[in-house]
Amino acid sequence: MELLLDSLFNGVAIGSVLLVAALGLAIVFGLMGVINLAHGELMMLGAYTTYVTQLIFKLPILKPFYNSYIIVSIFLAFIVSGVVGILLEKTIIRKLYGSPLETLLATWGVSLILQQFVRSVPLAYGTGLVISLLIGLFLPTTFPSKIKESINFKYFKFSSWIFAALTGVLTGSLISSSVSKLSRASARNVDVTAPSWMRGQVEIIGTAFPKTRLMIIVITLISVIAITLFLNQSAWGMRIRAVTQNRQMSDCLGISTEKVDIITFGIGSGLAGVAGVAVSLLGSVGPNVGGNYIVGCFMVVVLGGVGNLLGTVLASFGIGIMTDLIGAGRLLSIWPDMPLPLSNTINFFATTSMARVMIFALIVIFLQFKPTGLFPQKGRMVEN
Amino acid sequence: MSLSKIKFDKKIVLSFWIILIALIIAAPTLLPVFRLNLLGRYLSLSIVALGVDLIWGYTGLLSLGQGIFFALGGYCAAMYLQITSASEFPNNIPEFFALYGVEKLPFFWEPFRSPVFTFLAIWIIPALVAGLIGFLVFRNRIKGVYFSILTQASLLVFFNFFNGQQKLINGTNGLKTDVTQLFGQMVGSESMQRIFFWITAILVIAAWFFAKWVVKGRFGNILIGIRDDEPRVRFTGYNPVIFKTIIFSIAGGLAGISGALYTVQSGIVSPQFMTVPFSIEMVIWVAVGGRGTLLGAILGAVFINYAKSLVSEALPASWMFIQGGLFILVVTALPEGVLGWIQGDGPRNLLQRFGLKRKIETYPSLEVNNKEGNNE
Repeated sequence: MELLLDSLFNGVAIGSVLLVAALGLAIVFGLMGVINLAHGELMMLGAYTTYVTQLIFKLPILKPFYNSYIIVSIFLAFIVSGVVGILLEKTIIRKLYGSPLETLLATWGVSLILQQFVRSVPLAYGTGLVISLLIGLFLPTTFPSKIKESINFKYFKFSSWIFAALTGVLTGSLISSSVSKLSRASARNVDVTAPSWMRGQVEIIGTAFPKTRLMIIVITLISVIAITLFLNQSAWGMRIRAVTQNRQMSDCLGISTEKVDIITFGIGSGLAGVAGVAVSLLGSVGPNVGGNYIVGCFMVVVLGGVGNLLGTVLASFGIGIMTDLIGAGRLLSIWPDMPLPLSNTINFFATTSMARVMIFALIVIFLQFKPTGLFPQKGRMVEN
Repeated sequence: MSLSKIKFDKKIVLSFWIILIALIIAAPTLLPVFRLNLLGRYLSLSIVALGVDLIWGYTGLLSLGQGIFFALGGYCAAMYLQITSASEFPNNIPEFFALYGVEKLPFFWEPFRSPVFTFLAIWIIPALVAGLIGFLVFRNRIKGVYFSILTQASLLVFFNFFNGQQKLINGTNGLKTDVTQLFGQMVGSESMQRIFFWITAILVIAAWFFAKWVVKGRFGNILIGIRDDEPRVRFTGYNPVIFKTIIFSIAGGLAGISGALYTVQSGIVSPQFMTVPFSIEMVIWVAVGGRGTLLGAILGAVFINYAKSLVSEALPASWMFIQGGLFILVVTALPEGVLGWIQGDGPRNLLQRFGLKRKIETYPSLEVNNKEGNNE
């Protein structure tokens, strides 16, 4: 029983990382039919955001609040990845609408650039750049409508970009002069240390659970609830669902699909950032950190089907629990005296990499029966 | 494909071929050994690019897993070389087996003692694996992005499998071919490498003609039909699954040959051939060269790899930026690739923009260009 509980918890912990990472991917894929290969790199940005936040909170002014940096970094990571995602949508993905394979390649290009960017640009100036992007993209939208409608709006926009650039450079150099660790570019992996209240273990029904894992489960839970509420209760959520179901019809009914695309992509990317925070708690953070998770996320999306969050949730927990069951060879300890050939097979697959092999085989077998995933979209639009 | 429709003078074609063959024969004397070896490797990569072009450029299947078949071919060749030159090691099996306490050659390597079997296995095994994967995927009408993702996932599965199995295939370390013997000569030696270069050059040309033959005629038309409108092909009474499976396994076989040639020239095959970035790079060679133009795939593979080695020698950090930018640029600004742009409307549009050429009034430019249907 204890063993089963332990296994279940581990599976849920693996699954919740997958879930929070795959959530954004699934929403974007459902809406736009676009697989974002840079999703892993957006996660990486989120993880680096956690690292930068941690270092900034070590500064004397913010030292008293150090313990809460992880909470702050969740929001910051959401914003950072979201802004980069919005920029990506505005500059590249929008141009490739209707050709998903080309989008796939272009986003791969973006992912390469982001990886190398983190390697060769000091994090302080990277932070400055993100801040200037944030200001440049959002400052114009806050202007009163009188300015927005005037012919000179482009000049206002232009000057706000200049302002944004200056602010970015200023913050960048400020951070770089005050935190020496961020002032040099380095390709080395960095470590995020959890605040003291998150270290150690909690005992539930006789089993000890590491607190960081619990924290990840909590982050995932909150993300899922928030996104479900947003999609089902808010006006924009309704619009997103409408466009997901039938883009042309929604367009005809006056929904601005362009805005819906931006918002969805921003939220999807932001969720990748949140996943990055979770990932940074699990191990060291490097330019390639996203790559370890991204294929798992794709599997979740393929298995879960499109346009239904329940499918995503079930698929990621399913994959998580299976990974743990197979990879740690737990079936053997649950049922110790199984026949020899079977136990040999299980031993053969009882490593992390071989578990992946097994799970992929299972997914392919599953897709033979349900090619469109657990919860396929119904309707006439589905075929193409 | 307007360029192919232009009838070249027979003399020009003949002299082109004579120059090409002369260059291939003379290359070992013209180039230093290091560059020759690089050129040989990149030429062998152009065979896998031809396969990618067949499945992506002509059939519209974007496979991100060609590395599987590439590496399989490489492993077949490397294992044969290791087994044949293992006579001085204990138990007459390759050296690395002793490290993991294996005393008998695993049964599935047994046939690789025969050179004929190996020669066939290099392309048949990857083709069979590709056919199997393809059939399972296509049977369920999984296509588009789903197909790409599944091929990428299977790539990762193979990578994990090969990486983890020390006792069977030496795991992460891979199989070295440098110090093995073939026909009494060291594979890594200069004279052997020269022969490999010539073999590669001949095989590239052969593969080019083979691919041309495949896309010619009705078979090729169906492939293009699948790319442009698969439901319509199905409604016309063809079964796309068969054609897709065939072309996917052809591409797999080409990848296998390519992998074997690359392995003997680079001196090692390892699970690194099955990493995700390498397989996506294969796609970008084709995209830059021009998908749907077979020559473009070859040129793209050779030139991009050459550029990669030159840039990485000079400025190691900048290659990732350049490569990433290339992905974005080619997809957004030059979707037909360089050769496709030259063969299509590109140069004329450019000349028109500067007023050097009369604008064509008719739509869709009937008298000048019989371009086949645009892919959406």
